Amino acid sequence: MNRRFGFFDATALTLGFAFLYLPILILVVYSFNASRLVTVWGGFSTQWYASLLKNEQLLEAAWVSLRVAFLSAAAATVLGTLAALALVRYGRYPGRTLFTGMVYAPLVMPEVITGLSLLLLFVAVDFDRGFWTVVLAHTTFTMCFVTVVVQARLVDFDRSLEEAAMDLGCPPLKTFFTITLPLIAPSVLAGFLLAFTLSLDDLVIASFTSGPGATTLPMRIYSQVRLGVTPEINAVCTILVALVTVGVISASLATKRQAMAGR
Amino acid sequence: MSMAVDGRRRGSLAIGAVRRDFAPWADPGAIPLIRFEQVTKRYGEVTAVDNLSLDIYEREFFCLLGPSGCGKTTLMRMLAGFEAASEGRIVLAGQDLSGVPPYRRPVNMMFQSYALFPHMSVERNIAFGLEQDRLPKAEIADRVVEMLRLVQLEPFARRRPSQLSGGQRQRVALARALAKRPKVLLLDEPLGALDKKLREETQFELMDLQVKLGMTFLVVTHDQEEAMTMADRIAVMDHGRIVQVATPGEIYEQPASRYVAEFIGDVNILEGKVIAAGEGRCTLAVADAPEPVSVAGVAEPLSPGREVALALRPEKLVLTQEEPPPHTPNVFAGTIWDIGYLGDWTIYLVRLASGKTLRVSRANVTRFVERPLSWDDKVFVHFAPEAGVVLTR
Repeated sequence: MNRRFGFFDATALTLGFAFLYLPILILVVYSFNASRLVTVWGGFSTQWYASLLKNEQLLEAAWVSLRVAFLSAAAATVLGTLAALALVRYGRYPGRTLFTGMVYAPLVMPEVITGLSLLLLFVAVDFDRGFWTVVLAHTTFTMCFVTVVVQARLVDFDRSLEEAAMDLGCPPLKTFFTITLPLIAPSVLAGFLLAFTLSLDDLVIASFTSGPGATTLPMRIYSQVRLGVTPEINAVCTILVALVTVGVISASLATKRQAMAGR
Repeated sequence: MSMAVDGRRRGSLAIGAVRRDFAPWADPGAIPLIRFEQVTKRYGEVTAVDNLSLDIYEREFFCLLGPSGCGKTTLMRMLAGFEAASEGRIVLAGQDLSGVPPYRRPVNMMFQSYALFPHMSVERNIAFGLEQDRLPKAEIADRVVEMLRLVQLEPFARRRPSQLSGGQRQRVALARALAKRPKVLLLDEPLGALDKKLREETQFELMDLQVKLGMTFLVVTHDQEEAMTMADRIAVMDHGRIVQVATPGEIYEQPASRYVAEFIGDVNILEGKVIAAGEGRCTLAVADAPEPVSVAGVAEPLSPGREVALALRPEKLVLTQEEPPPHTPNVFAGTIWDIGYLGDWTIYLVRLASGKTLRVSRANVTRFVERPLSWDDKVFVHFAPEAGVVLTR
């Protein structure tokens, strides 16, 4: 394990990170471009961030996206935590494998299929597509991520803590809220942040399930790009990247802090 | 050891006064506080507790003793309400506990892992049970202070459990379980996680505490020394059944079966056959002895020809270098096979002519420079007729 960090490793690392992050880096750099032309560098400027503030269509889409992300992540956190409890706590009940599979399926399900099937459902039950259908759809596909994160924590949760609480006269539901939930809170928070960023990112499922008046930010960006990329779009995307990065880092910090506290 | 002795002296007044004549189990009129009535617990194919009946009396310090997997923990968890009995019932102070959830039972448990709430301070841990009863704030505060004083943890009230040592955590767990003044305190391997010195000290503190509070303690342990030291009575368990319930003295000196004799302390078991028996005495033909062995104080009637086992505790065997005077009963000749020097005791393994090895222990009552006995020395072992126990099971 104590190997020297050689030339080969350095090259592989550089190439690997370049492959992953060069496109994003270029996007971030060009968002500060003074030139109108996206591919020609015309000096440093923050004018596109300023003009962003006047672009009402983009701002409205961003507001929709944030609301969708918050509501769907909140719902997904509640449902996902409950699913994790059911998976970890109730032992080997009949149909457990099936239930596990069904909870995890959206992780690997192509988004097109999730989006299309949700669209078919909304049409079938005659649910007017708009803001709430996107919220529902995002809850559906982010819930399993919350389950994965919370389940990992619950597996090594010391059950005798709950037994001790009940032994001291605390009924089961109250035990959950005073003992279990505070102790798994970091992973629940991590699940929420993950769901939030996933919802903020999503284009495919939103495109299928959205309706008039509920255009999310990725949808707005995508439709504008078809008319040509403007530096304004770069600026929006840079902000989005920053938001997602902050979300993912906070989520991983939350889980890490919990692992330290558990020791 | 010195701490343990101090502990005994400190507590001797209280414990002596209360314990000397304490024997409600011998009084046919006494009403038990806890009754296990033909309790069975099955997990699928496995029977953890097998048709077990047991009475425990108020103010008793009762130990469930047995190897891991003998069902002792299951029995305790059924009393706490974490497991439901498959058959039979448990009655506490006249109330049938079947169907009563753990949070409505007047018992509290000290968990083996202590199960302290890591996100609460020591005082909040102790107050937790009292808060569930919605006691007035002032009363809770008083009781927490009282408990902290009882376990000598006042300076640590605001610490988190992670900032305490193992011994301190054990005290917090004890204080939390005692705070509600339960009818019965359940202790699951209470000293298991402590080191030896602290364990001995804590044993005596627990005994003191139990007498002082006048509470009923039910302890689960696999450590026979712990059970012998603390308990008024011990129930030895094996495979979900109780093999013997008796005081520590009876368990040690009058074991009901070979299992109990071998589980508690060290013992030499000799196989034999009854030659003659009567009036509490019997004569056995033992394969390892050239002459018949005589035993006194036999509890059950024996008929000649019956196969039995003779149990001999190592400290009740007498080891001599000179041949004992004639007519000394129960003499074995052998050679010293091995010596184990423990400081306070020395263990000698004596190999008999038959090939059987006897374990003999001798208290080192004098300081000596040279070993009085050495390897391969020819020696004699004898024992008084009252020293042996005849076991039929």
